Amino acid sequence: MCGVIGLLIRDRALEPQLGSMLVTMIEALDERGPDSSGIAVYADHWSGDIPDAPRVKVSLGSDEPVDWGRLAASLENRFGETIRPHPFGAGLVVEVPPGGEHGLNAVIAEGWSNVRVLATGLNLRVLKDTGRPSETCARFGVAGWEGYLGVAHTRMATESAVTVLHSHPFVPTKDLCVVHNGSFSNYATVRRFLMAAGVQFDSDNDSEVAARYLARRLQQGDDLEEAIRWVMKEMDGFFTLVISTANELSVVRDAFACKPAVVAETDGYIAVASEYRALAELPGIAAATVFEPRPEEVYTWSR
Amino acid sequence: MESLNCEDLGTRAVNQRLRALPDGGHARLLQPRGRHNLAVGLSSRISIDIEGNAGYFLGGLGGNRDGTGPDIVVNGFVGWAVGENLMGGSVRVRGSASQSAGSSARGGTIVIEGDASLRAGISLKGATLAIGGNAGAMSGFMAQSGVILIGGNAGHGLGDSLYEARIYVAGSIDSLGSDAVITEMSDEDLLTVKELVSDAGFDHIDPTRVTKVTSARQLYHFSTHNHGAY
Repeated sequence: MCGVIGLLIRDRALEPQLGSMLVTMIEALDERGPDSSGIAVYADHWSGDIPDAPRVKVSLGSDEPVDWGRLAASLENRFGETIRPHPFGAGLVVEVPPGGEHGLNAVIAEGWSNVRVLATGLNLRVLKDTGRPSETCARFGVAGWEGYLGVAHTRMATESAVTVLHSHPFVPTKDLCVVHNGSFSNYATVRRFLMAAGVQFDSDNDSEVAARYLARRLQQGDDLEEAIRWVMKEMDGFFTLVISTANELSVVRDAFACKPAVVAETDGYIAVASEYRALAELPGIAAATVFEPRPEEVYTWSR
Repeated sequence: MESLNCEDLGTRAVNQRLRALPDGGHARLLQPRGRHNLAVGLSSRISIDIEGNAGYFLGGLGGNRDGTGPDIVVNGFVGWAVGENLMGGSVRVRGSASQSAGSSARGGTIVIEGDASLRAGISLKGATLAIGGNAGAMSGFMAQSGVILIGGNAGHGLGDSLYEARIYVAGSIDSLGSDAVITEMSDEDLLTVKELVSDAGFDHIDPTRVTKVTSARQLYHFSTHNHGAY
């Protein structure tokens, strides 16, 4: 199984409720993915941001125990206080000027080889952890998060290990998130092709291959819908994919619609989930337009 | 009449309370909120109203071999596989149904007043499935016996690998599946459709203008001549 979730807020008055809305959705899909989970949140306002010089948020995580306090101190020492390290979920988020993530990566690679970058983005922070998704939400106070767009995943692993780094969402490039319910059958082939082209992977997860293939198409100039169509063309398997950028939310299903998906559209928000249960508690759901995405049709909503 | 709040009781307790009702009993299920497995495995002749949207397998495994069973009405929409493996009684959905409506149902009647999603009536084994609106792709896949009525349009691959079930379509058909053919309506077919339309209350269907789809019976036994059709 696995549960996929996307929530794009249209009515800014609902932005403070993003986290609590996501939590009701995640709790409903707990049993579809009890192994592990990941939650991505996009928000405009960051207390430390200078409006005309937004900083890149880098979400860090690891499969092994890490002394995050010591890493934070070490990074502050190296890059100065403006890096503003703060605990986020099971890991750490630091903030660097655009382009600064490369220097950061080098430092982490040198002394902290078990730490990985889970996500980078101007508006994006990502939490991943193993264990019951609903418990993860409670442990890290996800209900209190604010933002305009959220993507989440509850995982029931079938093809690779249950670890933080194997968890979705995959963030192959700045502000791009991919979560997947399903399985790809030709991912090893696509993976070899991407590796030959110099693409690096953080896990042996099949969904990561789709995410990195999508990122490659975007980097080559495709728009989001074109890139998604390429994923459908090149990747064989079953999927409901929920994909987000800094200002778009997309959902697409395979030709046989093997994996479920339901959309609720209101003036206040667009919500996508594996099952209607996950939408049933959302505010104003009784008046929402509820429908199932058709197979192989790319649905995209912008802010 | 018994009112059961699904949120307060939980699925198992709701189903146990329904099971305890004697023939002629009536229950209302409140706050279903997309919950799965509601009103499953019931055999008594009771009536159940579900006030809201239900999840997967609504009313599944219900009824008896003689065709009797509970009569269930959902005032909302339902998730995957409504009435799966139904034996008897009836399920009426006032809204739309997600995928695999009536899958493997052996008896009884499933009425979807709205649309049914992909693979409606997959592997149908004798039940009646009446859909007021459209049916999604691959509906009637490998249906073995029983009747499917589609009041709207049918998606691609209708009746793929069909056995002896009959499919009647009032609207258009995007495409037929392998081994499905359009056959002429007989007087008996017309009578069947008239009864179905009347029982389901589907006034929008003109029984004299439906298309009948059955099996061409070319795929029953493997034959190298038919290799391309598989």
